[in-house]
Amino acid sequence: MKKLKGIKLNHRKNTEDCETIVLSVPAKVKLPMSMNMGVPCTPLVKVGDMVKVGQKIGDSDAPFSVPVHSSVSGKVTAISDYQTAMGAVCKAVEIETDGKQEMYEGIAPPKITDKESFIKAVRESGVCGLGGAGFPTYIKLNPKTPIDTLVINAAECEPFITADYREMLECTDDVLNGVRLVKSILGIKNEKIAVEANKPEAIKKFEDMAKNDDSIDIVTLPSKYPQGAEKVIIYNTTDRIVKEGQLPSDVGVIVMNVSTASFIYKYTQTGMPLTTRRITVDGNAVGEPKNVCAVVGTPIIDILNFCKTDIESVKKVIMGGVMMGMCVPDLNMPITKTTNALLAFSSYDDRKTSACIRCGRCVNVCPIGLMPAEIDKAYKIKNIDDLKALKVTMCMNCGSCTYVCPANRKLAETNQLAKMLIPRK
Amino acid sequence: MNKLIVSPSPHDDNYLQTSDIMFNVCMALVPALVVGCYIFGYPALIVAVISVASCVLFEFLCRKLMKRENTTGDLSAVVTGLLLAMNLPSTVPFWIPIIGSFVAIVIVKQLFGGLGQNFANPAITARIVLMVSFPSIMTNWVDPFCWKNPDAVASATPLAVSGDNLPSYMDLFLGNVGGCIGETSALALLIGGLYLASRKIINLSAPVSFIGIVALLSFIAGDNPLYQILSGGLFLGAFFMATDYATTPISTKGKIVFGLGCGIITFVIRHFGSFPEGVSFSILLMNVLTPYIEQITHTKVFGAKEAEKVEK
Repeated sequence: MKKLKGIKLNHRKNTEDCETIVLSVPAKVKLPMSMNMGVPCTPLVKVGDMVKVGQKIGDSDAPFSVPVHSSVSGKVTAISDYQTAMGAVCKAVEIETDGKQEMYEGIAPPKITDKESFIKAVRESGVCGLGGAGFPTYIKLNPKTPIDTLVINAAECEPFITADYREMLECTDDVLNGVRLVKSILGIKNEKIAVEANKPEAIKKFEDMAKNDDSIDIVTLPSKYPQGAEKVIIYNTTDRIVKEGQLPSDVGVIVMNVSTASFIYKYTQTGMPLTTRRITVDGNAVGEPKNVCAVVGTPIIDILNFCKTDIESVKKVIMGGVMMGMCVPDLNMPITKTTNALLAFSSYDDRKTSACIRCGRCVNVCPIGLMPAEIDKAYKIKNIDDLKALKVTMCMNCGSCTYVCPANRKLAETNQLAKMLIPRK
Repeated sequence: MNKLIVSPSPHDDNYLQTSDIMFNVCMALVPALVVGCYIFGYPALIVAVISVASCVLFEFLCRKLMKRENTTGDLSAVVTGLLLAMNLPSTVPFWIPIIGSFVAIVIVKQLFGGLGQNFANPAITARIVLMVSFPSIMTNWVDPFCWKNPDAVASATPLAVSGDNLPSYMDLFLGNVGGCIGETSALALLIGGLYLASRKIINLSAPVSFIGIVALLSFIAGDNPLYQILSGGLFLGAFFMATDYATTPISTKGKIVFGLGCGIITFVIRHFGSFPEGVSFSILLMNVLTPYIEQITHTKVFGAKEAEKVEK
């Protein structure tokens, strides 16, 4: 089987041996009503209300939304307008914590009898894809077409990040139980856990524990970026091609992040919604790189300070990975459900962009065979027909083209801008 | 605290720069240049120095005149200068490389928009302009090591020699024959080409298809294939000019088509034409065809639907 192209990155998984440290609850949290793909929630609480851990504080009737739960116990001090790192605008609930972390009385393991109650429980848990994109999980688990394969995405192909890896090592049982649960409820036959070859310990642990389970297949993938991209991982594990405009479910596959699977199982056991996140804190401005478990809504600056970051020297902070993560404009912003890493750097690339020398490196590295150099040219003259023919809309913004460009051209960015020129049908 | 930088992803960067690539190409040309200077002596070195210096100077002046950013730092002018020198006989007067540099840098490169925008290879075009304008100076090839001998006699490139005076394969391979400064030693050029390929700076598909098709066609036509590929500017053209980024197709498929086209034209000129050498013309002609090759050799996008026919 021919594997898709990919690039070798310097992995710098400095925190792979760092056991997760639970961060103490901050004095104040800020919970944006939009932390995932979909419609932002409407706050269910008012200023002055007392809330407890796990209490639902935001929800929406829209068919594509995930509720938000309080991650702390305390008092609602403000409901303000908030702009997320993605640029979306929504409300945010600010809560002053009382430090008691009292659990909400309504928390109990959900009763799951069939698929319908399972999907409902998954929605109520507030979970979305924990890999970074934050697609609502309950929608993913409820496709219109029959599914025969569940692919667990444990590639974690981004440099620095080890949050999923720690989940695999520290909660191996939960991962496998989560996989079995999803499989049995949705009636899925095949199961593949796809791990990059740079995590031999996790692979070994999975293999040992799934020894007696023939239906679970552990797939070792080469450590090449972007191995964890949905279309790439589906092709490299099942040989199936998700065509332009298709969803993974159209080829009978559901891809789920390893931490998401693990969380779903934990939720069915405890009933505690998604209120904490394991985060890898790293980067050259961070004194002590660590994996921390923080409550959702914790200000970034608290986490960076906990990891002995030299805040004065920080020039760039990234939420997520270096290849696809988002820059943080303000250190008082909170972490969200989809934050898997915080990377703080005291240096950044300020090389100038120079002329394209047509070396073709961008074409050679594109995992799906686009021609970024040609797209760049077509974008410059706003040639929409050419942009369509070059299939720019299929770009998944993995950033490989910009990464390899010797002229430092921002090709991935151009692709995103070019997409906007193409009218949607 | 500093202001935080906000920029689009990716934030990681491999720090390979245009100037690194150009520097590596210069390094790859060093073996052939050293052999050229060894065989043809100090005049060859003087030609090379004038050529490189005038290319860089013209680049600097031209950008200055056009009120554009100075781009001499990317070293592309140095590469053009070196390639131009390799394409000249060691006996040329000092003003020949200067005219060549003017044609290469000002006319072919900068007037068409600078680095990456030129449609033809600057060094090849300069060579052809000089060849057509000053045919006797440009074909004043000398025997190897004749610079040590004051009674030097003009010789010919092996391709123009016929009959019993053919040099041995070993002489051809090592470069112990008459010709332009940088094109005689197939071995030195091969070392440079393989170095570039090992650093992943060039893709070998164009050179291999270029040299391969010349050998094949010569064999079919009854010429000596080994002799054909080792002589003339074939190795220089195949490894250093048919792999030029700006003037050849981007995709591997396109590079193969380009190499095959160059090989066929070279063979036709050598076999049927009145010019003894066809490598430069073949590359120039294929440079002109590159945009068309590019159009028919787009990469296949993974999982893309067939393009809808756009009615015009």
